[in-house]
Formats: sequence, C-alpha cells, structure tokens
Amino acid sequence: MSKIPPDLKYAKSHEWVRVQDGIAVVGITDHAQKELTDIVFVELPAAGRTVKAGEPCAVVESVKTASDIYSPLSGKIMEVNPAVVENPGLVNAEPDGGGWFFKLELSQPGELAGLLSPEDYRKQVGG
Amino acid sequence: MLFEAHKALGARLIDFNGWDMPVFYTGITAEHLAVRSAAGIFDISHMGQVMVGGEAALEFLNGLLTNDLRKLVPGQGQYTLMCNEAGGVVDDLYAYRTGPGQYLLVINASRVEQDMAWLRDHAAGFQNRVTLACLDRENGAVAVQGPRVREFVDKVIQGSSISGTRVGQASSLKKNQIASFAFGQGILMVACTGYTGEDGFEVMGPGDCVRAVWDHFLSAGAVHGLVPAGLGARDTLRTEMGYPLYGHELNETTTPIEAGLGFFVSLDKGQFVGRSVLEAQKASGTARTCVAFKMTGKAAPPRPHYPVWRDAQSVGEVVSGTQSPSLGAGIGMAYVATPHSRPGTALEIEIRGVKHPAIVVKKPLYRPDAARVPGS
Repeated sequence: MSKIPPDLKYAKSHEWVRVQDGIAVVGITDHAQKELTDIVFVELPAAGRTVKAGEPCAVVESVKTASDIYSPLSGKIMEVNPAVVENPGLVNAEPDGGGWFFKLELSQPGELAGLLSPEDYRKQVGG
Repeated sequence: MLFEAHKALGARLIDFNGWDMPVFYTGITAEHLAVRSAAGIFDISHMGQVMVGGEAALEFLNGLLTNDLRKLVPGQGQYTLMCNEAGGVVDDLYAYRTGPGQYLLVINASRVEQDMAWLRDHAAGFQNRVTLACLDRENGAVAVQGPRVREFVDKVIQGSSISGTRVGQASSLKKNQIASFAFGQGILMVACTGYTGEDGFEVMGPGDCVRAVWDHFLSAGAVHGLVPAGLGARDTLRTEMGYPLYGHELNETTTPIEAGLGFFVSLDKGQFVGRSVLEAQKASGTARTCVAFKMTGKAAPPRPHYPVWRDAQSVGEVVSGTQSPSLGAGIGMAYVATPHSRPGTALEIEIRGVKHPAIVVKKPLYRPDAARVPGS
C-alpha cells in the first residue's frame, strides 16, 4: 500500500502539494514513484518560470520511459531541488520528503480548493 | 502460460501480443544486475515455436533464411534472418537442427502471423515434402541466464540428453547446442542460447512441463542468486549487448546489412529470398547503418525516435535507448547515414529540443566476462 500523508493535498496526475505562507512545495506521490519504478533522471523547470495549473513542467525518466510531471497549481517557480537532479533515486526513496521537485509562489491560491484530499486521492489510486 | 506464477510473485503485467507478460517483479535495475552477477529466469512463452520437417526441410529453409543451415549438425542452432525479396527483414530468429531432418524455429511473438503466412506460402511449392507445425499456443519457454546458472541447471534438468547433442548432463551443453531431456512425464528441449549476453539456457516444451520447470528453477536457483526477471530487464540486457529487437532495429524495410548483421548472411550457399539485394549491399555498402552509441555527458536516457545530429546536420534517428544499469549511462542504437557510423564518431542526440553529446561505440556496449561463456 502506498503512503499518503494526511497533511498534503493531491493532484489527479499524482503530484502532492504542501502549502505554507502562499508557497507550495511540489513533488510526486509514493504511488507515482512505485508506478514509475527506478527513477534515473529528473529534469526540472527553470527558476523564475511561470506555470499554469495542469502545465507539464518537469520530466522524470525511469529505465523504461519518460513521464511528464504537471504543475498542480499556477504560479512562479521560486526554487527547484538540486538534490533530485544529482540523485534521482531520492524520488524513489523519499517521494514526499527529500525528493521534492520545486517550490511555487501561488498566483491563484483559489485553485487549492480543486485539489484532492488524502482520502479522495486514496480512493483514486485504490488503496 | 505462467500467468498465475507471475501474479503470485507480484509482477507488473502488460499485454504483449495477447500474452500477459511481466515487465518486472521488484524492479528493472535490480533484475538486470542480478542477471549480470548471478542469474535470472525469464518467461519467454510469447516466443513462437515452429517445427519444420519433411524430406525437403533443409532445402526449403535454406531458401528462406539468410544464414547457412548446412553448417548445423543435429543438436545445434544458429541466429538467422528471414528476408523479403527487397532484403527487408520479415523476422529474425533462431533455427535449431533438432534431428537429422527436423528443425525448430524460435520466432518473435509479434511476427508469428506474418512468419507463418510467409512460411506456408513458400512451402506450397514443396507440396508434401515440407511439414510445418506452429506450437505457439501449446508450448511455452523460459530462459535462465547469468554467470551462475551452470551451478544449478543439473538439479532441475536431470540426467543425460535423449536427443540432439548427446551430453551426460545439461550443464555440458556448449554455446548454440540443443538437446532434449526427459522431465517428469514430458520432454523439454534445452538450448544453450539467450538474449542477454550471459551464459545460460533456453528451455522449451509443453505448457505443463514449462510451468513445473519454472517452479523447480526458482527453488533450486534461489541460493545461487536466481531471481525472476521481466521483459524490462530483458530489453536493457539486450540493448547493452547491441542485439536487435524486431520493430526497433529491424523491420520489413531495413536489411540485415544495414542492421550490421552481415555475419549472419551467407552468400556461399546458393539462392535464397532477398539474396541479390543483400549481395549488392555487402559489396558496395549501404546508405545508412545501425550503430550503438553511448551518451558522454549527463543527460536523460535516449529513447526511440529521438533525432541524431552531427555538426548541425541531421544524420539519423534513435531506434532503441535506455539507461544502462551496468554502465550507469544512457545507451542506445540508431540508424545513421553511413559516413557517421564509425566507432569514435561524436554525435548529438536531441532530447526534448536540446542536443546532448554521444559517441558511436563498437557493439557490444557492455562486455560480459567472455571467459565464463563456454564455447563462445
């Protein structure tokens, strides 16, 4: 069973969001990293880039395939996590901790209401 | 065929040409490295098995396949290709001479229909002097691959062979040899072949025997480091070896010569389908060539269809690519214009709009310790 921390919000496309003072930290869920399996490469957006909710803005590559990662919310990329670029396996090891992808300054905080609760995300992934 | 076994092992399954096949059990990288350092067992029941017999079997097959079947003694096999008139590849396969006038073809799952139609069309001219039997659905197969396989193969495949290469035990089989062994109430064919570059065996037979041998291998091999391995690891292992996969390096519009498989095209055996084109290409070269390459900087893994560049000039396209678990780098194969195919040539692979440096390397991309593959 995948870990779904209760203090996070979730996107249908398997990203998690942790919001504090208008800044959202974004990563991919434990369920997503298990589906992707051994992650060997992470490509992150440039800091300063403006993204819209649902826009593909990062790529994770497993041995077998490349997968787009979507920004769950609209805003400006404030900071990206160099540790996952250096050590992509961190996404498998700590998907909702040290394996975070980027921090976003929210331009549409109202979009938060459209994200899934931990309970709803658990229903989506079936356990 | 081994569906229940894969489910019990927690495999991630995909539909592959109508077969539920495992992509991986624990993870592609771990399974890949287990095969390189110890042993892995693969379900390869999706591969087609075709028995060819009759008094004209040799003449029939040697007129369709590019390699020379006359080189085989009973109990021996060879890699070969089947081409159309234009030299394009209908399929690549292993042909085994299982008895004096009996041949077993092991063909790609994705090509069973096309191959059988091609074989039947060409057999028609031989009337009843050629027999064809596709054992695709009743027979299964497993591949047991890795440097430690010989430590336990005789615990599973017991006793002396009963046909093919005569050996006292399965572990005495050498590269490309095949033999049959009694197994329970049935018979299994055991060939010293594979698709990983490692030592090992491919074991073929009726479904119930294959299900039993899968379980026996897993229990006898566990203490020798044997793990079940899926199609994901099978693909990364073959890519490291530079082995072609039909639909990637090979299709009906690529020739064995372009693919770098000229070694398996025998021009001293007389007429065969596709010969004139292949002969001309062997003599005067081809416009494009399939090369192996390695990424030289930090980059995402190369993937099929990525454009290949050299000096701001588009020179080709990637056909296979992955992150190499053994080398920790991106590797792949690409068709490039022949002037850019020499090992050492600096290329660039375009990944999501950005060009990344790569270098043409001689196949294989990874070299298992050759000393431990007897007969090779």
